[in-house]
Amino acid sequence: MKLRGLFASRSPMKLIIGATLLYFAAIPAAGLALASDSDQITNIFRTNSTPANSISNYSLLVLAICAAIFVTVATLLIYVIIRFRRRSTDDDREPPQIYGSSQIELAWTVLPVLIVLVLAMVTARTIADIQNAKAPPAAVHATIVGHQWWWEIRYPDLGVVTANELHVPVSDGAERRPTFLTLESADVAHSFWVPQLAGKTDVIPNRENKMWIEPFKPGIYPGNCAEYCGTQHAHMLIRVVAETPDDFQKWVAAQQKPSTADAQVKAGHDLFFANSCVSCHTIRGTEAAGKFGPDLTHLMSRQTLGSGVAPNTPEQLRAWVRNPQELKVGCFMPNMQLGDQEVDRLVAYLQTLK
Amino acid sequence: MTTDLMINDPFASAVTEFAEWKLPSRRKVGVLSLIGTEATVFSIFVVAYVFYTGKSLTGPYPSDVLTVPIVATVCLLSSSLTIVLAERAFKRESAGGFRLWWGLTIILAIVFLAYTASEWYRLITVEHLTISTNLFGATYYSLVGLHASHVVVGLILLTLVLVLSVLGRVRPADAERLEMVSWYWHFVDAVWVVVFTVVYIIGR
Amino acid sequence: MATASPEIVFPQARERFSVISLLHELVVTVDHKKLGLMYICSGLLFFVVAGLLATVMRLQLAVPNNDLVEPDTFNRLFTVHGTTMVFFFGMPFIAGLMNYLVPLMIGARDMAFPRLNAFGFWIFLFGGLLLYFSYLGAPGLSGHGTAPDVGWFAYAPLSDRAFSRGHSTDYWILSIFLGGIGSSASAINVIATVISMRCRGMTLMRMPLFVWLMLVTAGMILLALPPLTAAQVMLLLDRFLSARFFDTQAGGSAVLWQHFFWLFGHPEVYILIIPGFACVSEIVPVFSRKPIFGYPVMVAATVMIGFISMGVWAHHMFAVGMTSLSNTFFALSTMLVAVPTGIKIFNWLGTMYGGKIRFEMPMLCCIAFLFQFLCAGLTGVMLASVPFDWQLTDTYFVVAHFHYVLIGGLAFAIFGGIYYWYPKATGRMLSKRLGLWHFWLFLIGFHLTFDTMHIPGLLGMPRRIYTYGPGRGWEIYNLIETIGVFFQIAGTLCLVINLLWSLSKGAEAGPDPWDAWTLEWATSSPPPEYNFETLPAVRSRRPLWDLKHPEDPDWKYE
Repeated sequence: MKLRGLFASRSPMKLIIGATLLYFAAIPAAGLALASDSDQITNIFRTNSTPANSISNYSLLVLAICAAIFVTVATLLIYVIIRFRRRSTDDDREPPQIYGSSQIELAWTVLPVLIVLVLAMVTARTIADIQNAKAPPAAVHATIVGHQWWWEIRYPDLGVVTANELHVPVSDGAERRPTFLTLESADVAHSFWVPQLAGKTDVIPNRENKMWIEPFKPGIYPGNCAEYCGTQHAHMLIRVVAETPDDFQKWVAAQQKPSTADAQVKAGHDLFFANSCVSCHTIRGTEAAGKFGPDLTHLMSRQTLGSGVAPNTPEQLRAWVRNPQELKVGCFMPNMQLGDQEVDRLVAYLQTLK
Repeated sequence: MTTDLMINDPFASAVTEFAEWKLPSRRKVGVLSLIGTEATVFSIFVVAYVFYTGKSLTGPYPSDVLTVPIVATVCLLSSSLTIVLAERAFKRESAGGFRLWWGLTIILAIVFLAYTASEWYRLITVEHLTISTNLFGATYYSLVGLHASHVVVGLILLTLVLVLSVLGRVRPADAERLEMVSWYWHFVDAVWVVVFTVVYIIGR
Repeated sequence: MATASPEIVFPQARERFSVISLLHELVVTVDHKKLGLMYICSGLLFFVVAGLLATVMRLQLAVPNNDLVEPDTFNRLFTVHGTTMVFFFGMPFIAGLMNYLVPLMIGARDMAFPRLNAFGFWIFLFGGLLLYFSYLGAPGLSGHGTAPDVGWFAYAPLSDRAFSRGHSTDYWILSIFLGGIGSSASAINVIATVISMRCRGMTLMRMPLFVWLMLVTAGMILLALPPLTAAQVMLLLDRFLSARFFDTQAGGSAVLWQHFFWLFGHPEVYILIIPGFACVSEIVPVFSRKPIFGYPVMVAATVMIGFISMGVWAHHMFAVGMTSLSNTFFALSTMLVAVPTGIKIFNWLGTMYGGKIRFEMPMLCCIAFLFQFLCAGLTGVMLASVPFDWQLTDTYFVVAHFHYVLIGGLAFAIFGGIYYWYPKATGRMLSKRLGLWHFWLFLIGFHLTFDTMHIPGLLGMPRRIYTYGPGRGWEIYNLIETIGVFFQIAGTLCLVINLLWSLSKGAEAGPDPWDAWTLEWATSSPPPEYNFETLPAVRSRRPLWDLKHPEDPDWKYE
């Protein structure tokens, strides 16, 4: 076969093959390289937590093995297509009829089996590292309860209950402070996934699952529910706020306080109790003890509303209270048919729940 | 010869080479495949039963309410014997003997179903165990019910054959068809052995 | 083309029927060829419909925070799209291939149970129509449109009565239940046909590889469908009789549904792809002008795939919280099943090696298949790597992977089969010009959409979300994916036009347009109702090679 001759002539076939190969190589590289570093990007290779880092390193190894296999087999395929194509100068004779070869079959069976065994061993090791880790003494423990379409977050040791935003301390060289999570569901199957902190773990009713995260850098780590759970599965977002240990303690202290009565917003407070808000929501420090919806005691300490569907600004809060179905159609908070004045009063009250 | 589709020479010799070309009967393969797939369905219900053993949150529980159905089991397993005897009679071309043993098979099946019905009646009205009571109820009724429904289908097939036989429509050439019905029937009995062991012996 | 063919005389082509008598014929027919074509055409129709559903989904996802469709509508779209593609395109299409080709390839006159064949077809069609009837069916609590919206695998307890009110999920259950009965009927038929009706001299190891692979597929259908059927019966009992199978409040297990579903679901995807392998295994040898490399190994590898694939199901459940031991076991079994699959790729390469490759349409499709299936298999290995899977599962990476297997793999293999066997079924060749347009348009569209789709998965985009916020970095990729859809539509249009136009305007095919070697090419195109004037007898795997090369027949070497 004459290589020079092969590339000299401009057959469309070769152009296509060439373009395709270039495309194959370019797209994934470009894709990941172009992904910026803004804190909303959840690239599974830009991780910041022990389990996620293990996964990322392991995954790069798997990618490398797969890439090597791809390059080998694809090159063979391209070679075979070009080398053994029927040429116009060929006569009508059939090529030698080969039926098989035991040695070749053995070779290309044994080699893949070896690759599989190696890969399986590395896999077993990484699985064990992540799944069988034990909590060190300074670990934080939190329970996540999945609901249709929001996250209940409790810190049983600390007496804190909140929703949708998980605050955790970072680990540093001095001390390891991972957060160990217990996952439960109040209704259907969900999945807790914050890509930069850990792989996902399903949240299943009548079953307790466990996972852990260990961020090193303070910041906001976004995540999503990753198991289809109904209408607003798309808007069941998670926000993990990793903080320095001091900031975390401050946050815990603030969350542990019950709400305080403020005479200025008594009108809104009374409205809250007159309407059926209390049948779903808890506000510690008052008699409101509903369990169906998120705990609102420190609503204003959270950055988003509706499990990430809108930022927690006065306008959005007003819009949510007026008609949550406008922001998150199908969610289980009904339109309470409130008048403008009622909405203003309620919002004024809610804004005191810092 | 020119109307033949193939050139004759190579194939003609192949035809003579393979003059003795005998393959399994398609009826048998078909029924065996059906039995295989049905057996798999039953296995899943058995798995569900075993998985949920001891996991009911509320009663009644198996040991409280289940009584071992010895008589029903003996009837059903004997019906496998009677159907074999019926087939033997058929081969001997004894129509009377065939109808007798075949009819006995049907009667034994009916007795089995009657026992199942009475047990269910007792469980529902006296013990208050329904399919929605607890996990035991769900798995018990679905597994035993699935089996019972297969017995009913078998019963229909058996009755159909008996009627056709009485009408004189069953000939010696139908021996394999009868055999297929009997294979299905043996399968139903074999499933009962498994169900009986899992539900009344292990699960209690 | 071939050396001087032996003189073969064929019966006259039939006269055309009128439309009414044609319709009547289709309704009452038990002929495997007609039923096979009916399966294939119905499957293609469902393919187009489900493709349109996907187009709407992609339009909704093209830009962030889009409001083209409501959340519930989108959720119904992906549920019905997935359900249709698997159960009402994939399964009937392969049933069509099995039913049309197996009797011809083994030298029989029809399937073992022709009436069962007809029953299977009509019950499948009824099931498919039932699924779409749900759009109009009895209103549920939400009022508008009541198609199922629980995803094509309908995880409990979302699909149980408490969380899925109205009857939408019941339509899902019943339509698939009926489709499953149809598939089981086909499977029993194929097994009985292959075991009991091979022509003289055709031992099991002399069957075309296509037939072997269909036999394995049929066996898998019989073993894999029961878990689904059983789980669906349990779900029906839950929904209608308040049984407690998946009622977590009563101690039921949501994970049990997953186990049962994937016990079915994983072998199901092999059931879908092995017929693709079957098409490729027939086409590649003919267009490389060599016999398949390593026939016995190919048979063994397929049987092994059949067995091992029954033991990998929990790789769909790595995030469920199983023990590290279970996770490791299923990782190992899943990686192991990649070995026989890889062996098959190598054998196809080995077939092409040393050959004289003709780049006709069937072969082009198979070459694309080989590249794409290789990629799909490798992303599968990535997904089998459990910790990697903990990031990738339930994201667009998985969606990209399985579309790569099913479109890049199965669909392209099926396209190859269509170009290869259309002349046999109709007596006309498909236009190569239109074929090339179809191929390249579809290829570009497929790659635009599904190559790109891997990236949002790596960037954290979960599955089954009706919209997404800006700023996550997913926007550009979603837009590119949507653009790719239109190329695929254009390509599919070319195919449909080609199929219809060539019926009357295509070149005459004759009995053996490709110079092939298996028995279906030994009769006229289309075959007469009785398939063969006299039933053939064979001495080797390539009876027509023996006829065309009497000086060098296969049976001297096998």
